[in-house]
Amino acid sequence: MVEKFDAIVIGAGPSGNAATYTLAKQGLKVLQLERGEYPGAKNVQGGIMYAHELEKIIPDFRDDCPTERHIIEQRVWLLGDDNYVGTNYRSEAFNSDKPNRYTIIRANIDKWWGEQIRKVGGLQICETTVTELIRDASGKVIGVRTDREGGEILADVVIMADGVNALLAKRAGLQDEAAPENVALAVKEILFIDPELIQQRFGIKEDEGVVIEIMGKVTKGMVGTAFLYTNKESLTIGIGCLISDFKNGDCPPYRMLEDLKNHPVIKPLIEGAEMKEYAAHMIPEGGYKAVPQLYGDGWMVVGDAAHFNNAAHREGSNLAMASGRMAAETVIELKAAGKGFTASNLAAYKKKLDDSFIMKDLKKYRELPGIMHGNKQFFGAYPDEITAAAHNWFTVDSIDKKTKEKQIMKSFIKRRSVMGLVGDAIKLVRAVR
Amino acid sequence: MTMMVKVEEKLYQNRYIVDESRPHIQIKSVEACQTCEKQACTFCCPAACYSKNETGGVTLVTDGCLECGTCRVVCQDKGNIAWDYPRGGYGISYKFG
Repeated sequence: MVEKFDAIVIGAGPSGNAATYTLAKQGLKVLQLERGEYPGAKNVQGGIMYAHELEKIIPDFRDDCPTERHIIEQRVWLLGDDNYVGTNYRSEAFNSDKPNRYTIIRANIDKWWGEQIRKVGGLQICETTVTELIRDASGKVIGVRTDREGGEILADVVIMADGVNALLAKRAGLQDEAAPENVALAVKEILFIDPELIQQRFGIKEDEGVVIEIMGKVTKGMVGTAFLYTNKESLTIGIGCLISDFKNGDCPPYRMLEDLKNHPVIKPLIEGAEMKEYAAHMIPEGGYKAVPQLYGDGWMVVGDAAHFNNAAHREGSNLAMASGRMAAETVIELKAAGKGFTASNLAAYKKKLDDSFIMKDLKKYRELPGIMHGNKQFFGAYPDEITAAAHNWFTVDSIDKKTKEKQIMKSFIKRRSVMGLVGDAIKLVRAVR
Repeated sequence: MTMMVKVEEKLYQNRYIVDESRPHIQIKSVEACQTCEKQACTFCCPAACYSKNETGGVTLVTDGCLECGTCRVVCQDKGNIAWDYPRGGYGISYKFG
C-alpha cells in the first residue's frame, strides 16, 4: 500500500527542518526525507546562525541547542600580500542573555533539529534519496519516488528543501541549471585547538566568539570572500569564489585555501591547530534575478534550492529557516481553509516572501552580483591599493604628509584613472542602494 | 606564495561510505573530454576527482567526491557529466559540516 502524507519535505537542512517542525507542531502528518546517513551528514555551513529566525520557530531553543560561541566581535579584513586593513566592531551588549548570533557546527545543529522534529511528532527518515517527483496526468505534483524498494510516497503537497543543487526541480523542468557566475564554490576546514588558545589569540572569554570576514589578495583577483570563525574548541576557516572565476583561472580551490592558511596575518591565529575535516559546498550568489519559480501545482521550493541567499550580508541560513517556515504556514492556512494546493492557492507563499525581508533584501541588492562579477578591480586592484596606501601612511619616514597624500592619490589614479575611480564609486552605490 | 598542496591529505580526514562500483557521477563521452580545450573540471573540483589522462581526455574517480555540484556547473555548456546523488546513506558523511 502506498502511504500518504499531508506534506513531504525533501532535505534536512535549515529550510527543510524549519518547514517540517512547523508543520508537525500544528499536527499535520509530515514526512521529511534526508539522503544522508544522519541529519547534517550532507550539510555544510560556515557557520554562523542567526537567533532571530530560529527563535520565531522554537522560542526557547537556547535551552538545549548545541551552539558554539555567541559572537561579540565582528572583524572585516582586507588582506594584502603580507598585511591587512580592517575594521572591528565589538560590544559588551552582545553578551546579553539572548545573543543574536552564534557560531555553530552544522551537523550538531541538524541532529538537534531532528530531535525537536521527533518531539512534535514529525517523521524524519534518513538514508533515503528522492529520485524524482511523482506527477499526475495534469502535471500536479502528488508525491515522490525514492531509491528505496517500493519507494513511492504520496502527499498533498511537496516542499523541496534539497539544497543548492536542486536536482529535483531541475529534473522536473521547474528550474534551469545555475549559471557559473550565479554560484560560488566555497571550501573550508575545521581545525581543532585548545580553547584557552582561542581565547588568548582572539581576546575573548569562554563562550564569547569572534568572526573575521575577509576580502582581498587571497582570492587572487577572483570575486570571492574568506572567513575565520571561532568555535568552542575549534576554528573554521574557508574561502569561496564564483565558479565562473574558478573556471577562468587555474587555481584549484584547495590551493587557495592553503594559501589563506599560510598568509602571514592568518597563520599565527591557527598555528598548532589540527585539521579534522575538509568540506566543499556551492553557495547561491545570483541574488534576486536568479530566483527561480517558487511554487506550482502541489509543490514549493525553499532555502538554497530557491536561491535564497543574501551574499552582501552573508546571510543564508536565516533566509532558509524563514522560507521553510513560510512554506509550512502556507500549507497550514490552506488546509485550515479547506483549500487545495493548486498553484494559484500556493501563490500565498510567494506573497509571504515578497512581504518579508527575504525578497526585500534580495531586491535591494539585485544589481550587486552583476556589478561584482563585471568589475574584478574590487577584488584585485583595490585591496592592493588600499593596503599599500595604509602601509605608506603608517610608515614614519620624514616624508611630509601632504606628499604622502599625493603619492597615495597618484597610485590610485595610475591604477584606475580618475574616471575609473568615479565610475567605481557610482557602481558601488548602485550595487547597494 | 603558492605551494604544492596534497588534497588527498585533506580528504583523508573525511568520512566516506563508499558505494562500491556504483559511481554517482559519470563522464558521458570520452571524446567530448578529449576535444575540450579547458578541461576546467580538472582544476575546479575541490576534491581533485578529475585528472587529465595520457589519451588527452579526463579520468574521473568519485571516491573523494564532496557532492558539491561544481563539475556539473562548469561542464554545463558541454553537458558531458551525468551527475546524480549517491544512493541514500552513501557518499560523503560530514561529522561537522
